[in-house]
Amino acid sequence: MSEVIVFFFAAAIILVGAVGVVVARNPVHSALFLVQTLFGVAIIFLIQDANFLAAVQIMVYAGAIVILFLFVIMLLGVDSAEELDVDPIAGQRPLAVVLGAALLGVGLTVVLVAAKGITGARATAGGEHALDNGLSDVERIGRVLFTEYVFAFEATAALLTIAVIGAVVLTRRAAAADMLPDREPASFELPPLAPAIDEEEEH
Amino acid sequence: MLAQVDFVPVATPTVVWAGLVPLMVLGGGAVLLVMFRSVVKRLPTDYESWVTTALGPVTVVAAYVLGGVAGQDLPLSGVRSNVGDGWFYLGFLVVLAVSALLVWSLDIGLDTAFTVGVAVTTLSATWMLWGDRVMVDGAFNSIGEQLGVDGFSIVFTGIMAVAVGLTALLLDDYIEREGVGGVEMYVLLMLSAAGGVVMASANDLIVLFLGIETLSIAAYVLAAMHSKRLESLEAGLKYFVLGAFSSAFLLYGIAFVYGATGSTNLIAIRTFLDANTLTDDGMLLAGFGLMLVGLGFKVAAVPFHAWTPDVYQGAPTPVVAYMASAVKAAGFAALVRVFVVTFGAYRLDWQPAVYVLAILTLVTGSVLAVVQRDAKRMLAYSSISHAGFILVGVQAATSRGTAAVVFYALAYTFLVIGSFGVLTAVSGQGDRATTLEDLDGLADRRPALALAFTIFLLAQAGVPLTTGFVAKLEVIGAAVEAHSYWLALIAMLTATVSAFLYLRIVLAMYVGKSSEEALAAPRARIPTAVILVIGIAFVVTVGFGIIPDPIDQLARDAVPQLVASG
Repeated sequence: MSEVIVFFFAAAIILVGAVGVVVARNPVHSALFLVQTLFGVAIIFLIQDANFLAAVQIMVYAGAIVILFLFVIMLLGVDSAEELDVDPIAGQRPLAVVLGAALLGVGLTVVLVAAKGITGARATAGGEHALDNGLSDVERIGRVLFTEYVFAFEATAALLTIAVIGAVVLTRRAAAADMLPDREPASFELPPLAPAIDEEEEH
Repeated sequence: MLAQVDFVPVATPTVVWAGLVPLMVLGGGAVLLVMFRSVVKRLPTDYESWVTTALGPVTVVAAYVLGGVAGQDLPLSGVRSNVGDGWFYLGFLVVLAVSALLVWSLDIGLDTAFTVGVAVTTLSATWMLWGDRVMVDGAFNSIGEQLGVDGFSIVFTGIMAVAVGLTALLLDDYIEREGVGGVEMYVLLMLSAAGGVVMASANDLIVLFLGIETLSIAAYVLAAMHSKRLESLEAGLKYFVLGAFSSAFLLYGIAFVYGATGSTNLIAIRTFLDANTLTDDGMLLAGFGLMLVGLGFKVAAVPFHAWTPDVYQGAPTPVVAYMASAVKAAGFAALVRVFVVTFGAYRLDWQPAVYVLAILTLVTGSVLAVVQRDAKRMLAYSSISHAGFILVGVQAATSRGTAAVVFYALAYTFLVIGSFGVLTAVSGQGDRATTLEDLDGLADRRPALALAFTIFLLAQAGVPLTTGFVAKLEVIGAAVEAHSYWLALIAMLTATVSAFLYLRIVLAMYVGKSSEEALAAPRARIPTAVILVIGIAFVVTVGFGIIPDPIDQLARDAVPQLVASG
């Protein structure tokens, strides 16, 4: 029973944080709400007996990554609030609300209707090492990483390499004098969105 | 104390290195190139051209040796025993000399030559895996149960290699002409293709997701590589934001499927679904839906297509050739492996969703293509309608449908790279002269290019004696066999509608009058490498259009399988 109480407590923290990230007008507040969400996830990990993951969640995500976000926000200027009054594409906001509600409805239906037998099968991840053989969770993660998911582990390394190369490449920008003049979109199509880029044109 | 710790023996997964050769060549090649260029910015000009020429024979040797590693014997061992060792070595020397001559006459840079070499080596490895292993001993797993090697994954690996090689050849002059990018474009291209290979052969949803991310992140960066054009930066940003959004859907779907089946391993999921009937399958179905959204984005299926026109128009033209061929093909490989093969037992549940997606994609793609005025945008919409055709093959969920998907992906790869190859050549400095007005009267200025473009467009429209016709025939045949008559009918009708769009471009080239600007502009030399790409695409399109049997047989043999235990 206590597990259920803790779960709903943590879930409330996560949801409030997640809504806050989207709703907050100030980007720094968004980042702080994100910390709250990640904390809630760490609590969920804890009630699943995944102590190591909970620690990593707080250290890496709530610690390092959000700090990085804050760093970028500070770098770009804290007070640059997003222009929210103008709708770049007419009618997209009401549509987004409708579609979001529909998606939420589907999700809730699935969870509520299937509540009695939500899991079809017992998790097999970890093979014979799963849960009840007295290994600590750090040891279990280590074993699974180097047996069942060894390729996924290596592929992650490749993925990070690409992210590094991509980040380095994209930070090199052409000098303003080299920029080619912007050309009208050659069709009747919707005008290019991405307000961030429109802003740059004006500068 | 330490000595008392009990060690539980770890059962490490079996690794069959042969099956990993294509992946390691692509990934390792990229790492080698980026390491080399980060140490040596530029060799002295003389050395640079010597090393480039030397890469030709080096590629041949690497393809021979690594092909041998991938297969059970060195390549061409049959030929070797037939003609005798002496003649064989003589022939090998001739091939070495020819390869050096070819690289020299193409007049390409070191990075391009290296990337093409990697692509050729990958192709050789896939060829040996196909002929020497999978067709002899059947499909197998290369790392535990995480990565499978079967006919299907090998063909898609081949498609990746072809796309990398041809795109690299297009990029060679483009980078110089536009003064953007550099070695990182080739590196990202190879790494992205490695991600595509992972996607095509993944046997685990987590591995599949990592493959998709590897493929996509590199593609986002590639789309934004023309740093002098705002459109290109916008394309990269838009692709990235929407792509990340769709990845979240995919991941959410994977989580649901994991919840419903207790595993992310495709083999385990299929075993579970075949053996059990779920009393509550809501969670599984929600998982199907969300995964379909995520993968639908990658293949640009309507209504998840909104990024395609802007990204295709803004991204550098050679990169678009890669995105339309390799990224799309990898998406379909994943779609077939996950839905047709793994969720096959539940096909009555997901088929209607794919049916609707296919209809929407076909109709939207072909109708909106007609009203565009930019050739790159038109081809973007046409790529959407082609995705619709491939979805028709997926929807059939039969072995014939899968064969049709493979055939279509193969044919479309060459078609689309050829088309964008022509556009690369005519787009001029700034990569912008791609509107219909710019193409007006191309037949007078560039008769050969106009002819090649016409053939590619006609093939995309599905005119007989081209691979495009056979591909469309195959998917429609598969749909009819699966009793999806209305879908087949709509596919044929939209093919007619989109024929109008292709003819509009052809008309502009042959009937339109060149603008005075275009006539006054100095006649730019078209690089040999681009001509080679267009030539290869042309020969494949027409050659296999007249004699489709070899590709047809290949597509039928490319059966996706999930093999239990490595």
